[in-house]
Amino acid sequence: MTLLQTHLSTDPAAPLARRNPVAKLAAALLPSLVLLVSVDPVSSGLLLAAWLVSVPAWGVGWPGLLRRLWPLGLALVMVALGNAVFTDRKGGATLLEAGPLLLTAESLATGLTAGLRVAAIALPGVLAILTIDPVDLADALVQHLRVPARFAYGSLAAFRLAPLLAAEWEVLGRARRARGLGGDRNPARALAVLGGRLFALLVGAVRRGTQLAVAMDARGFAASAHRTSARRQTFTRADVALIAGSVLLTALAVTTAVATGAWSPLLS
Amino acid sequence: MTGSADGSGGARGVAVRLRGFGWRYAGRKAWACRGVDLDLEPGERVLLVGPSGAGKSTLLRAVAGLLDPETAAEHEGSVLVDGVPAAAARDRVGMLLQDPESSLVMSRSGDDVAFGLENLGVPPEHIWPRVDAAFAQVGFPYDRDRPTAALSGGEQQRLALAGALVRRPSVLVLDEPTANLDPAGTATVLGAVSSALAGGSGAGTTLLMVEHRVDVAAGLVDRVVVLEPGGGVADDGPPAEVFGRRGAALAAAGVWVPAPWGPPAPPFTSGPGGDVLLTARDLSLTYPRARRPALSSAWLSVRRGTAVAVTGTNGSGKSTLAMLLAGLLPPDTGEVLLDGADRPLHRWRPRDLCRRVGTVFQDPEHQFVARTARDELLVGPRRAGVAAGEAAARADELLERLRLTRLAGANPFTLSGGEKRRLSVAAMLATAPDLLVMDEPTFGQDARTWAELLNLCVGLRAAGTAIVAVTHDEAFADALADERVTVAGGVLAADARVRS
Repeated sequence: MTLLQTHLSTDPAAPLARRNPVAKLAAALLPSLVLLVSVDPVSSGLLLAAWLVSVPAWGVGWPGLLRRLWPLGLALVMVALGNAVFTDRKGGATLLEAGPLLLTAESLATGLTAGLRVAAIALPGVLAILTIDPVDLADALVQHLRVPARFAYGSLAAFRLAPLLAAEWEVLGRARRARGLGGDRNPARALAVLGGRLFALLVGAVRRGTQLAVAMDARGFAASAHRTSARRQTFTRADVALIAGSVLLTALAVTTAVATGAWSPLLS
Repeated sequence: MTGSADGSGGARGVAVRLRGFGWRYAGRKAWACRGVDLDLEPGERVLLVGPSGAGKSTLLRAVAGLLDPETAAEHEGSVLVDGVPAAAARDRVGMLLQDPESSLVMSRSGDDVAFGLENLGVPPEHIWPRVDAAFAQVGFPYDRDRPTAALSGGEQQRLALAGALVRRPSVLVLDEPTANLDPAGTATVLGAVSSALAGGSGAGTTLLMVEHRVDVAAGLVDRVVVLEPGGGVADDGPPAEVFGRRGAALAAAGVWVPAPWGPPAPPFTSGPGGDVLLTARDLSLTYPRARRPALSSAWLSVRRGTAVAVTGTNGSGKSTLAMLLAGLLPPDTGEVLLDGADRPLHRWRPRDLCRRVGTVFQDPEHQFVARTARDELLVGPRRAGVAAGEAAARADELLERLRLTRLAGANPFTLSGGEKRRLSVAAMLATAPDLLVMDEPTFGQDARTWAELLNLCVGLRAAGTAIVAVTHDEAFADALADERVTVAGGVLAADARVRS
């Protein structure tokens, strides 16, 4: 199981998939934070290239990744197109003009940069999340970052209920249809039915949550003073190396962007 | 082993001692239970019985130390486990709850059992051997990495049992552990309880259980305690004596009394029969992201004035069949046609559908959409365009017939289990449908509601209604079904026991 609860086959023994969840999240988040600061093709392009090269090391197959990521790809194309059309940088040769729609060389470059940046920010997060087991994440958060066990394992248990709630949502829809509700053209009435269904889901979720809390307390979760951990998460040199590598790559990308004059911070 | 730990604590230990115990929840007028005096000796196997509302679950939670005094308006008396107040003795009590899906914490089986040991602060090197021993104790057939989501209900409950036993409790408390299971799952869970307590580390464990299928639980215990609503312990003794003395009274109060002492199963009565009302042709359905079809190529016809029982294990596809027959799910292939209509049932508008087909869901709460019980009965008729006066008259008649008149103004969510069931059936009958589809209608019901449901179905069928009941309940199917169909692995088979 992974955080996205997909059926994507990943190889848990791959060099990067094996890393500590906290290290993976840190390595994925640091470069993304830096990319949020600047909009330029050089730093985004370099980092995206690095992440693309690293894909096999995460133990994620290309076909599966593409199958999972096509919505993200679609979003990227929309971001690029939207930026290309609506930017006010309209210099360079005109490529396409149809009524109010104007696409020039400069606006196309702006669009591509925007798409590149979003891809470079999203991809590492997706790779990390696809290869992190939620149980390992909770263990690592508790053991390395001293996150309270009550929060980490409570969230983990609640997380396990998500697919049950999804199934319940379907059942509630059928139950409403059986009562003669739904299929209305009147939007106010449709909204009222949807609201009732959401409320019923909420009631069910609270009930399940309460039962889960009782079940956890029955096994001593609340009363636990000195909790041990059955699964020891290790933070090895390889984990440090992963974070260091990510920092180094980010520094390299930023330096290159500054040196080539492409670096353009958003707030300046 | 647990007895020796506190053998020094004076008199030979009583495992559980309740004195004058009473509990009233905040916002309730009546006490959930009151005046309970009870002693359980170490190693005793005790079944708690009583009509619904006798406070059985409250008592179990009190023993498990899970009652929060902040949720009580008033409480009195004492509950001691091994001589210690129950709230401070949580580590000595293991508990198994009704719904295993909401009691498992982790995504891998081994991690889930280990969870209770981590909370105890057991050193990591001792955790896994104890997990493996608990697996063996309950006969868990998989390894530690088995995803808990891939287990059947019975297997999940066995895993939850391992999670309770791994903490080596001196008292094991079971709160209707088989309520959500099919007969096969029930047998494996109760089998696991009985063998886990038969020897080894489980031998000295005291068992306290509530189980509404008293017939299946009676074999596990050597003592039966009868609770009376608000009246403490009404009777106490070996099963044969207690049921011999009180069998008839308990049965009249809705308790399922086991075979030699309970009333005989109701005899089969056949329906009047009639023309074909519903035809299902070549129904198949595969849920998104499922590996195999939930139902493949099912053919079925249902006649007016007959009852069809659909049986099969959990996950066999019988509930899917019910949803398809009721027009609530679109099939991948095939269609369901009602009474000569051209348009398949799943494409009917909801307001048209509810006039002809009523569906009773397994969980009544899923169907509640109104603020009061009476409003609940007016929803369908209003949608189907029935005149207000006629709908109101019908609602009052149904409330009367199902003993709900007293509760007409109550919020449906606040009713008891049996009342919720009766209300959900009444709500579907308000539009006088030709076909009634029921998914596990008798699930979790006491003997009284059970008999009422059966009589209601018999009456509806005599008036020409067609009934399709998906059920695990063999006694219900035996008493009602004119025809029987079994589903296994998504494939339909007419049962050999067809009555003509």
